[in-house]
Amino acid sequence: MAAEPKKLPGSLRNNPSLDLWIGIEADATVTVRSGKVEIGQGLKTAAAQVAAEELDVSLVRVRVKTADTAETADENVTSGSRSMEVSATALRYAAAECRAIMVRMAADRFGVPVDQLSVEDGTIRGPGSNQRITYWELMGGKKFGRDATGTVPPKVPQAHRIVGTRVERLDLPGKVFGQPAFVHDLTLPGMVHGRIVRPRHQSATLESVDTAAVEKLPGVIKVVRDGDFLGVVAETEVTAIAARDALHRAARWRAGPPLPDEDRLYEWMLGEATMDGGCIDGVHTDDCPPEEPPPKDAQTTLESLYARPYILHGAMGPSCAVAQWAGGTLTLHTHSQGVFPLRRALTNVFRMDEADIRCIHMDGAGCYGHNGADDVALDAALLARALPGRPVRVQWMRDDEHCWEPFGAAMVVKVRASLGADGRVADWRFDVWSNHHGNRPKGNPKESGLLAARMIENGLPPQTLGPATGSEAGEHRNAWPGYAFPRISVAKHFVTAHPFRCSSLRGLGAYANVFAIEQMMDELAVAAGQDPATFRLAHLPDPRARAVIEAARDAIAWGQHAATPGRGHGIAYARYKNAAAYCAVAVDAEVDETTGVIRVTRAVCAGDAGEAIAPDGIANQLEGGLIQSLSWTLKERVRFTPGEITSVDWETYPILTFREAPEVETLVLDRPGEKFLGVGEASQGPTAAAIANAVFAATGVRLRELPFTPERVRAMILEARRSA
Amino acid sequence: MSDTFRLSVNGREHSVTAEGDTPLLYVLRNDIGLASPKYGCGTEQCGTCNVIVDGDKAFSCTLTVRDAAGKAIVTLEGLGTPENPHPVQAAFIAEQAAQCGYCTSGIMISAKVLLDRNPDPDTDAIRVALQDNLCRCGTHSRVFRAVRRAARALAR
Repeated sequence: MAAEPKKLPGSLRNNPSLDLWIGIEADATVTVRSGKVEIGQGLKTAAAQVAAEELDVSLVRVRVKTADTAETADENVTSGSRSMEVSATALRYAAAECRAIMVRMAADRFGVPVDQLSVEDGTIRGPGSNQRITYWELMGGKKFGRDATGTVPPKVPQAHRIVGTRVERLDLPGKVFGQPAFVHDLTLPGMVHGRIVRPRHQSATLESVDTAAVEKLPGVIKVVRDGDFLGVVAETEVTAIAARDALHRAARWRAGPPLPDEDRLYEWMLGEATMDGGCIDGVHTDDCPPEEPPPKDAQTTLESLYARPYILHGAMGPSCAVAQWAGGTLTLHTHSQGVFPLRRALTNVFRMDEADIRCIHMDGAGCYGHNGADDVALDAALLARALPGRPVRVQWMRDDEHCWEPFGAAMVVKVRASLGADGRVADWRFDVWSNHHGNRPKGNPKESGLLAARMIENGLPPQTLGPATGSEAGEHRNAWPGYAFPRISVAKHFVTAHPFRCSSLRGLGAYANVFAIEQMMDELAVAAGQDPATFRLAHLPDPRARAVIEAARDAIAWGQHAATPGRGHGIAYARYKNAAAYCAVAVDAEVDETTGVIRVTRAVCAGDAGEAIAPDGIANQLEGGLIQSLSWTLKERVRFTPGEITSVDWETYPILTFREAPEVETLVLDRPGEKFLGVGEASQGPTAAAIANAVFAATGVRLRELPFTPERVRAMILEARRSA
Repeated sequence: MSDTFRLSVNGREHSVTAEGDTPLLYVLRNDIGLASPKYGCGTEQCGTCNVIVDGDKAFSCTLTVRDAAGKAIVTLEGLGTPENPHPVQAAFIAEQAAQCGYCTSGIMISAKVLLDRNPDPDTDAIRVALQDNLCRCGTHSRVFRAVRRAARALAR
């Protein structure tokens, strides 16, 4: 009886061909291919490190190619902090196997056993003085032509010379010397420029537009109107922008339904119809657990409500794509996080075969989740369709990006927790209300996740929205507490009404859920008269969880400051998705009670991402996540009136400035030999709670509603002082 | 009405034909072929378009080609090359002070202008000099380190 075939590791499972991953070129270089993409997280560099390590070649020989529907493995979307886990793991095994194949070839040629051969920078040497051959001589551009077996073990961590070391990011020199590095910088022969015209209410429709005057402007090639979709193509970018302005003045929009009252957003959410579910031991259940009363012997029961508003991804570079039609085929240069799902979505909109669309990834500005990247790709394709043969570059303007990117979902969390007589948590009830977090383009041919698909005649309706039913998906993410509590009940309430398009923003539900859990842990520690760090450790059996808390606590010199009014420190912890990187954040904060301004003066982040391929890349992700979360937490909230979105630029949607940024210390706890754990979304939730906990330590005031703007903080402190 | 303007960019003279109120950004990117200044907001709110004009930091998204003509314009490409990097560029690589890199050009331009005037800035001086540059990836802490490193290198 044949043995059950072993599952291949990582993304090799669905993409087993070695040639999809590794190419040995005739010019003495190695091509490393990943179906994931560079989004500023250092993927190209980490992928190169892993492959160079297993192949025994120097890093300078490696060229990395990322997602291209014509060339790389289909690794779906670069999301969920999973690139190292699935793509680097696949590369590690593929590279080890390619090395073994080439060593075998050399052994056969020399007539010696493989264990007598060694490899150094692609040169294989045997025991004899003339037994020497290189990878490029053996393979030089030829394909391996076989599937991975997954049977060649990668190196043991002790043998690593490239993995785990600090190497410079391969993509940085281009960006630091001003070379064309982004899809925004792409120029193609005959390229022309497009712009899109959209209103400031996402459900407004185009009533009328007189395009005649705009079409006569010198340099305007074409105005494209298709249903509610309106755009313009011009010879130059400047003309396209001027024509867009003119079309904005000419367009008449039919108002959409009124948006909710911004100041009563959370009451609105709690009052809306919901689809309810739950989870047991972290696993999704369709049944929503009823709320049981606290245990009779509970000593103290606390209940608090926490809330986060709609938040922008807010890429620094508005979304951009270059599209070109030729002979019924479409080529798109895009910064989409998922070129294969984008291609599938485009085949549905244009009713074409996959073979006739090629999507090539190029770097974009940091996206932090599902932003306008896919939408602008369809916009560009629609404009380019009107000019067959000519490449059309479309970049959204700043207000397009602010008003039309899919927002990070607003959420409300209610936590009720009880302490037992032993001063430990005896009961935990968690209710989360949320809009949608997972609206990336999916495969259903009858609907579309691409924005313009709903606007064009004979287009496709928006994707059906529904509650996240996967464990750790959407609003479920980190809703299950990572602590050992004796009784846990988690209920999920998906708010079906969506005033805005929402989709994946870094961390998904984890940002608000961890914010709530980690503030409640502080509230419970205070009620129990215990130190917040010690209180957490008492509920955490996992030594790796304990290690990050202890590291952050010790680095911030926890408990060693004299108590000063208006100053305090706070700590918070989470393991992202209860399965990825461990992270603890500790901050020092100052609160000016007269202005309400919070200043984070120092921040420490301790993370454990398993085996660290690129320790500095991990540090960069942790501290970048921390600072981004500082910005969300202190400042960010999409503003709107009943009639329109009013957050249209960086003045009406301010983010953290260099003036407000603390110095961040990052501690990476390396675990050689352990699984790679995704780290890009680990620090956001803990950061928000650590700041709130520090503000409580400084002022005695609990901030449960995000963001902590000066007006809100000042009002909260005044209110607390009045009632005291 | 298009006119012809003479621009001095990174020490080279260029003659461009454009309407006088065209933002310099688009002339640099599309007529002269320089990729480093980026469009971010078009309203001087983010700094991705920053260039140096007669020694001062300028927002090329609002500065018109008419006003830039005849002045000495320097973009990131004019600071240094991979073979011969400017200390600011070398420091940003050494500190790995970027993630996506879209805002990096503008930040390095602001840092260069700061260091030209204040060779030994403390972190608060760096904060003030960079207050008009936004970074969404959260590399601020690394940028502080990179600017301090560049200052040390320039002092040597």
